[in-house]
Amino acid sequence: MPTNTINGRSFEVDEEGFFTDRDEWSEDLAKDLAALIGIELDEEHLAPLRFMRQDAAVTGVTPTLRRLQTVGGFDIKSLFALYPGKPAKKMSWLAGLRKPVGCV
Amino acid sequence: MAKLLILGAGTAGTMAANLLRKALDATWSITVVDQDTEHLYQPGFLFIPFWMEPTRVKKDRRGFLPEGVEFVEAAIRRVDPHAREVHLADDRTLAYDWLVIATGTRPDPTLVEGMVEALAERTNVHEFYTFEGAKALKAALDGFDAGRLLVHVTEMPIKCPVAPLEFAFLVEDHYRKRRLRHRVDITYVTPLDGAFTKPVASKELGGLLTDRSIRLAADFAVERVDGKRQVLVAYDGRELPFDLLVTVPPNVGQQYVFDSGLGNESGFIPVDKHTLRSVEHERIFVLGDASDIPTSKAGSVAHFMTEQFVGNFLAAVEGRPLPHSFDGHANCFVESGRGQALLLDFNYDTEPLKGTFPAPVIGPMMLLKPARVNHLGKLAFEQIYWNLLLPGRKLPVPTEMSMAGKRVPAGQKE
Repeated sequence: MPTNTINGRSFEVDEEGFFTDRDEWSEDLAKDLAALIGIELDEEHLAPLRFMRQDAAVTGVTPTLRRLQTVGGFDIKSLFALYPGKPAKKMSWLAGLRKPVGCV
Repeated sequence: MAKLLILGAGTAGTMAANLLRKALDATWSITVVDQDTEHLYQPGFLFIPFWMEPTRVKKDRRGFLPEGVEFVEAAIRRVDPHAREVHLADDRTLAYDWLVIATGTRPDPTLVEGMVEALAERTNVHEFYTFEGAKALKAALDGFDAGRLLVHVTEMPIKCPVAPLEFAFLVEDHYRKRRLRHRVDITYVTPLDGAFTKPVASKELGGLLTDRSIRLAADFAVERVDGKRQVLVAYDGRELPFDLLVTVPPNVGQQYVFDSGLGNESGFIPVDKHTLRSVEHERIFVLGDASDIPTSKAGSVAHFMTEQFVGNFLAAVEGRPLPHSFDGHANCFVESGRGQALLLDFNYDTEPLKGTFPAPVIGPMMLLKPARVNHLGKLAFEQIYWNLLLPGRKLPVPTEMSMAGKRVPAGQKE
């Protein structure tokens, strides 16, 4: 597995760059990563990431957008505004979780 | 007398009734509940819009249940796992010692703004995940000979995740054979970042879309269907205009699963993926599409898992350690048009790969490559389904996935 290093901190990632060990994550690290994709991580951006991490800690899998909506109470349209284009992928990457799988 | 209750007499429920009636002695009663008496061969829904006679996919469920199994026709209102009771819509209550839930998944267009209204018109928005929908789509295709056709997946997971791709290939072939292909513009619209989820299959199937001049609109998270303006609107603002939309609505679990508090946000019941036993309630096992296991919602998976479930179930009732034997095996034919199909064979740990698939008599079949033999296999499966699979007879395919014939990509371990 490849290792990424940013601002002196290293973490293991899969072929697509997603964290393989969610314990190597921190909010500071997420802020540095967010800057790479042109996002400034403020409280509004962090709220869904925190929910995703708490949820994944219980279920073991990265929550889907529908779960963010129905369980987390987030509005999908706002998530698209916060993380333009591919919110599910961007958020799971920034939350230090695996890429969300639409099961085959 | 021990009571086993099976909810749902579809693929998994019927198989489970047949296998368990053989495995359990006369001290066990087995009751199967379903809301109606019609067993539908759902793989046929894909063919009804093109050539299959609709009546062919329907048979009486009761004819596939063995002697010694009671059938109750009723809708389910609620499961009470603490009292070990199931409440039916007709106010009857059935008690159980062990419960098998096999009530599958259903399309729920109410989750997308505008989709219910657009589908209800049956004019330019259609689906083929219901019997009536597949029939209406046939009429729509017969009357459609030019314009923009979208084949659309709302979100994952869906039952038979390859079916929309198959529909795209078949509809392309449909218009090619009628010499109308140049007048029909086909786009495959998906929330995924490619044609399919797993890398090798996504590349092969994506290549096939390109070969057939079918456009791919990826990462499309639909916000609403605007039937009046005839556009599909995504959360990111993208709009795709259509003259004919063939959509796959979100798939969710049955309403009673939500009402009983048994399911996750989509109504799928969390289970141990190797034993199929409910995570929360040890007297409940979940088979087929109703569970949350991370593999395809498909008949082949229901078949393999039900075979493996029997050992887990018998161990559970006898208080022995469970064998944890289900590997997530799926084996899916993917119609690719031109009288050919691809074959996917995979499990929890191994993605669909290229190579060959050993099959007695007609084989070998071709993995991830269009071939006539695969198409014939898919057609033959209809008879295998009714005559071998549902009664729980042994099929000529291994229950656990095998690496025989599969080509592992360079740099990866088996």
